Amino acid sequence: MTASTFSKPVNKMAPLGLKNRSGRTRKSGREGYKVNWWLTALMLVASLTVLLPLYFTVAMALKSPDQIGTGTGLAWPNPMNWDNFAAAYVATNFPVAFMSTAFVTVFSVLGSLACSSLVAYAIARNWNRRFFRGSFVYLLSAMFIPFPVIILPLIKQTALLGLDNPGGVVFLHVLGGISFNTLLYIAFVRSIPVELEESARLDGATTWQVFRKIIFPLLAPMNATVGIFAFLGSWNDFLLPQMMIADPALQTLPVVQMLFQGEFNTNYSLAFASYLMAMAPTLVVYILAQRWVLSGVMRGAVK
Amino acid sequence: MTTTSETAQAAPPAASTVPPKAASRAVRSKNRIDPTYYWMVVPVLALFAFFITLPALVGVFFSLTNYAGYGDWKFIGLSNYVNIFKDPAILQSYIFTFIFALTTTVVVNIVALAIALGLNAKIKWRTGIRTVFFIPMVLSALVVSFVFNYLFSNTLPVLAERFGVTPLATSILANENLAWLAIVLVTVWQVAPGATIIYLAGLQSVPAEVYEAADLDGAGSFRQFLSLTLPLILGYLVINVILGFKGFLGTYEIIVGLTGGGPGMATQSVAMRIFSGFTGGDYSYQMANAVIYFLITLLISVIQLRLIQRRGVSL
Repeated sequence: MTASTFSKPVNKMAPLGLKNRSGRTRKSGREGYKVNWWLTALMLVASLTVLLPLYFTVAMALKSPDQIGTGTGLAWPNPMNWDNFAAAYVATNFPVAFMSTAFVTVFSVLGSLACSSLVAYAIARNWNRRFFRGSFVYLLSAMFIPFPVIILPLIKQTALLGLDNPGGVVFLHVLGGISFNTLLYIAFVRSIPVELEESARLDGATTWQVFRKIIFPLLAPMNATVGIFAFLGSWNDFLLPQMMIADPALQTLPVVQMLFQGEFNTNYSLAFASYLMAMAPTLVVYILAQRWVLSGVMRGAVK
Repeated sequence: MTTTSETAQAAPPAASTVPPKAASRAVRSKNRIDPTYYWMVVPVLALFAFFITLPALVGVFFSLTNYAGYGDWKFIGLSNYVNIFKDPAILQSYIFTFIFALTTTVVVNIVALAIALGLNAKIKWRTGIRTVFFIPMVLSALVVSFVFNYLFSNTLPVLAERFGVTPLATSILANENLAWLAIVLVTVWQVAPGATIIYLAGLQSVPAEVYEAADLDGAGSFRQFLSLTLPLILGYLVINVILGFKGFLGTYEIIVGLTGGGPGMATQSVAMRIFSGFTGGDYSYQMANAVIYFLITLLISVIQLRLIQRRGVSL
């Protein structure tokens, strides 16, 4: 179950349980392809645990405060109240929060891809040298340090350096993920034959060029995996932006939702419209690219 | 490798077609390394040391002082550590966090394994069902907790009253003994997909022949699960349990979204306690708490490595 399986387009869905019928399936010989309807029904019912809270969020976001009243909130609103979204847009200053989140996410993803792949390449190709082996162990050691342990001094330090803004969060997202990402990349770099690079070097390519033109493109499947993890981690992060970003106007989308948690705030329809707007970007991306996202995440899981 | 150095040696040093940089690089042999490799690693290592390692050391340093987060400070030795062991609020947060992490680990793994088995079986509309089950993975834990917060404190009580289930007629988030269960539930909702993916990877790694043999021997599906599937995916289970448990020890967001640590201090996690060092004026005290927390997670990591080595678990 490694890289080779994933690189075959035919077998794309295999790692996710959607086996193709080419005979490589494990149960294919057993009972043919009789669908287990009882289990299907059970899984459909179980999937309501996911769908109901989402339905609830949408239903609430479309209600007027009167419609919410003292009911369960589960009924579908009639008429639907679309004004909540506009109000939430203004209340949370959505465009700014969105741009701030997008800024943090885009640069965290790019930074994670660049830094981790470079480090992994250099380490994997110089494994016989003590310095690079040592670097690897050093980076991995960070996986044993939970974030709460360093957060208090870290916040003081970033504030001193003027990094108490979204830019600082990018730094920490990239560095915080580097251990895991490098680990993912190194295994992959090792599977790329050195001969590929050597012919390019004979043609006069520098190490940078070799990395940029040959290695990085070959890392594409792992780039997808690392990119997805970095995207989700960054976009949904609450802890670091909340603690690091000093200017409330530059806060990210998840943190902005705290606005509706005040003791005297009872405008739930507004709050849920805002929650929905915060959830929508990742949800839409996921639904549109779910095959791609899941196979990327899966690759990370197998490692 | 040898060809590279030979070419370099053969080429006359003054050859104008070869840029000097390329020539020097070509001389690279087993003993000489292209400095580019250092440029790839050293800046990142330096930043890493500065932003991750340095704060850790600074934290350990201040845990030995009486620094309040501002103003003067002096060394007070291990007093912070001694006091922590006598502090009921801290002990309570550790007890809560451990009970929470243990319970959540068990529930998450049962749920995730069940979903993985279901998705791996012959069901209709697999792609669609799978898509739905993995949705929680892409949502912000905090926002999800806010949604559940309303469900627990408004929807559930109204429903409970309507159907006459009196124990649930008041919000379970306001109940000291039940609030933690709500946190477990939302955590499971959020985290189960990640664990499911790992189990799916495990289930796919089981060779088909094993089941065919079991079929011939007349083993039922439950028997096959217990005697075949479970032992064969044990490595994945160990990974899930360990990763999960360590993650749950640092739980924070979902508690913020659901109870804020309340009612009273019933659901204060260790991480929340530590973060309170910002505003509470007990910076050095919470740093000592953080160091203790670190040692505990380190101990768990060591046990984990031992376990993995002994079992010979390999993925």
